[in-house]
Amino acid sequence: MAAESIKIEPLEQFDLHRVLGGLGVNFTQANLVMVIGAMLVMALLFYGARPRAVVPGRLQAAAELAHDFIYRMAIDQIGPEGKRFFPFLFTLFFFVLMGNLLGLIPFVFTYTSHIAVTAALAIMVIVLVTVVALMEHGLNFFTYFFPAGAPVWLAPLIVPIEIISYLSRPVSLSIRLFANMVAGHVMFAVFATFIVMLGSIGVIGMLGAAGPLAINVVLMGFELLVAALQAYVFAILTCIYLHDAVHLH
Amino acid sequence: MDVAAARELGAGIAVIALAGVGIGIGNIFSALVTSIARNPSARDQVFGLGILGFALTEAVALFALLIAFLILFA
Repeated sequence: MAAESIKIEPLEQFDLHRVLGGLGVNFTQANLVMVIGAMLVMALLFYGARPRAVVPGRLQAAAELAHDFIYRMAIDQIGPEGKRFFPFLFTLFFFVLMGNLLGLIPFVFTYTSHIAVTAALAIMVIVLVTVVALMEHGLNFFTYFFPAGAPVWLAPLIVPIEIISYLSRPVSLSIRLFANMVAGHVMFAVFATFIVMLGSIGVIGMLGAAGPLAINVVLMGFELLVAALQAYVFAILTCIYLHDAVHLH
Repeated sequence: MDVAAARELGAGIAVIALAGVGIGIGNIFSALVTSIARNPSARDQVFGLGILGFALTEAVALFALLIAFLILFA
């Protein structure tokens, strides 16, 4: 059978290849998409902010919407101190969002589907949170691991749990984003392979292939939701961690 | 039992976690619908929280799915 020869290889799409001759270093297609994503966001802000109209045009409205969305999130979650972290949160949100959204265009690499990228972002977040907490509260920061009002004899139990939950933050933050992207794209690949498999067994198979094709179309809509949602979750969890760092519970 | 069969069984067992995730997501949205029905003016605040809870719960499903994929393809 012809169908026997087609293998499902959903992880193939995550292989890295050098583009532009590597540019002397190891410049892969992931890096290329990162550069394109950053350029797109900067272009949106640059051309969106330039008219400075009182009644914004479409592009300016989009830029203002993007700005206000993150600004409101920072203020709502962190409090008035959130203003200081707004540039960081804005960059983080749009870097992740661009990775997720650009990856949904066929043949474009999803850089957020690599644990190296998401783990680097998550470690950056957790180091920032710890540094901010230490700068704000000095050694008082360590009372974070023992909530005020808890009975002292519970300390041997509570302190390790709090430390473990603190240290597991970057792990869950990075794996959540990475697993979401990998699972979505693997699902695309699996259903796309079903289309090819069904198409190779004759006319009935070709009619049946409409099923997986329809599923892939629906899946694309779902993945658009997931792409925006995961960027939002990444940013809002960073906000919540920063809130803890600034206010200590 | 050969390795290929054990591998497919293992992948199947790994996604049993999805049962719990299904219950969890159902709980989140039932609570969301109830709270919006009781107090429609709180919709904007509650909706964001609900979506956050959904994303956190969904992540557990994806951990399980990822393990299944690792067993199958890695």
